[in-house]
Amino acid sequence: MSAVIYLDNNATTQVDPEVVAAILPYLTQYYGNPSSMHSFGGQVGKALKQARNQVASLLGAEESEIIFTSCGTEGNNTAIRAAIAAQPDRKHLITTQVEHACVLNLFKQLEKQGYTVTYLSVNRKGQLDLMELEAAITGSTALVSTMYANNETGTVFPVEQAGAIAKEYGATFHVDAVQVAGKLPLNMKTSTIDLMTISGHKLHAPKGVGALFVRRGFRFRPLLVGGHQERGRRAGTENVAGIVGLGKAAELAQLHLADVATEKKLRDRLEKGLLAISDTELNGDRKNRLPNTTNIGFKYIEGEAILLSLDQYGICASSGSACTSGSLEPSHVLRAMGLPYTILHGSIRFSLSRNTTESDIDLVLEVMPGIVERLRALSPFNNDQAEWLQDREEAVVGAR
Amino acid sequence: MWDYTEKVLDLFYNPKNQGAIEDPSEAGVAVVFGEVGSIACGDALRLHLKIEVEADRILDARFQTFGCTSAIASSSALTEIIKGITLDEALNVSNRDIANYLGGLPEEKMHCSVMGQEALEAAIYKYRGIEVEHHEEDDGALICSCFGVSENRIRRVVIENNLTTVEQVTSYVKAGGGCSSCAAEIEDLIAAVQQEKALTATRVAAEIATAQAQNRPLTTVQKISLIQTALQEVRPMLLADGGDVELYDIEGDVVKVVLKGACGSCESSTATLKNAIEVRLRERVLPNLVVEAVA
Ligand code: FES
Repeated sequence: MSAVIYLDNNATTQVDPEVVAAILPYLTQYYGNPSSMHSFGGQVGKALKQARNQVASLLGAEESEIIFTSCGTEGNNTAIRAAIAAQPDRKHLITTQVEHACVLNLFKQLEKQGYTVTYLSVNRKGQLDLMELEAAITGSTALVSTMYANNETGTVFPVEQAGAIAKEYGATFHVDAVQVAGKLPLNMKTSTIDLMTISGHKLHAPKGVGALFVRRGFRFRPLLVGGHQERGRRAGTENVAGIVGLGKAAELAQLHLADVATEKKLRDRLEKGLLAISDTELNGDRKNRLPNTTNIGFKYIEGEAILLSLDQYGICASSGSACTSGSLEPSHVLRAMGLPYTILHGSIRFSLSRNTTESDIDLVLEVMPGIVERLRALSPFNNDQAEWLQDREEAVVGAR
Repeated sequence: MWDYTEKVLDLFYNPKNQGAIEDPSEAGVAVVFGEVGSIACGDALRLHLKIEVEADRILDARFQTFGCTSAIASSSALTEIIKGITLDEALNVSNRDIANYLGGLPEEKMHCSVMGQEALEAAIYKYRGIEVEHHEEDDGALICSCFGVSENRIRRVVIENNLTTVEQVTSYVKAGGGCSSCAAEIEDLIAAVQQEKALTATRVAAEIATAQAQNRPLTTVQKISLIQTALQEVRPMLLADGGDVELYDIEGDVVKVVLKGACGSCESSTATLKNAIEVRLRERVLPNLVVEAVA
């Protein structure tokens, strides 16, 4: 395999060379502990401060509102637990069916601990219905927690409106913005969001670093206790190199926000070309969507087989099919959208970045029709009428 | 990304025997197909057989598969394995034979090989007029409703592949891979199978001991049991060299084994291995046993 055509940027991104350059001195020269009482460590403390500034600026927040974390999972877990601790008398929580596992699994655990959780549904486009939120929320709701944009479909939720509803009932509003930071402009100053998670490796910083926005004045209880790092809100010696990298990445993301239109154009060209293949469907909300993501269902064939065929050409994408993950059930997101199995198992996500080029898209468009044709020729299914599947499909759906 | 063997990738990219068999209406030839899986489950296989009626033999086999890389490769492998053999021989093809043909599958993907075995069975039952519905009803209680897996199907896969954990069962027949509310039952089933196995082993061992004490000749069942144990002892050595051995049949004092992988490929190594196995069986079971390798 020669060049890699990387269209899996919602999974992770390439670390920007400028980010690497910014990090290096903190792995070699400036290795001091930022908490130390000497100027060698002090230098490192300054680097942290600068990174905090850079991240705050990307989010339109204040420096004091940024806590560095180790990843999106830590950010989400911290935020949700903090929100619960802030209003211990309220035992009702609201989230959506399409959250990341680090949110869903935590809520499942909380259910076992006596909380009631409402999981808001999504429609065929993967979009939330705010009326459903209005109907579910009460005075005993401690937290509304939702993604800003879905990782699989790119569907962007109306978070500001959702936040306004949460506010009306005095509930904390947490947003998982891992897929959004660097792709859409953010401004926490005018936002209804109380807590917001971001993750470094989704915006060209390394893995192992993230940040949590905590609105000033929020009664915050830390998840990790120990030393007084992060002003007592996240104990543990800071991942200085990672944080410096996240700072630089945030700065670059802000500069590149203007280029997002180009990315979107490429995405649209890719999408149009792929949808020209017969029996394909777009999964997600065409209008309210991340500019870099497209998720397309190729009917009657299976996702892993498509991915491996793409891999032959060095093309990296991702699938909501169960076979890729070791789990046996297809993506909970696509299932929540109510997609039929014919599409569900053959859905592929292409997610672009600012590094994606015209020729990357050209190659995908060149090889994809052949791949689909080959796999369909192998498949016993070629139309929705094949009854021997329909019976079974109903049986299985009914059993769930 | 899954770690697939060259053979899996080769049969995925260049599948053999894909497609359907058009009914040729040739004299003395029957065409039948068997189906398993569904689009809901994420994999499905329609296996087509062309059968020489007189000889009860598979003349040709073709497949249509909806599924992942290993499902497609397993189907293709299956068609290669069964071409030319009789239906009775085909009924003895196990999912392990398919996996072995592929040089192995990731454990999480073993259900693809099981699907092949089941489609083959479905096709042969259909050809022989055995009602598949009946067959399934006979299969005992439904254990996993998410994937429609019966007790007997789980038992069979546990016995044939010597499975010991729920995760393994899930990898082989998917049961337990959905809501996982059937996990406890699967666990009980595994324990029951293991216990039955242990009981049979002690019973046969006791019988053998009595027979030997009284100088009575061993029954065939007793011989098989002893031979299996002895073969288990030599297997690790063969496996280490990329080969394997399996008991095929015994006729009197002639033990027929199938040599697999590296063991089966070259003449001289086959002879050495055959001798090595024979020596072991003679010392463990009966001094006059003769080992023959079947192709
Ligand atoms: S019943 Fe077996 S996984 Fe749900």
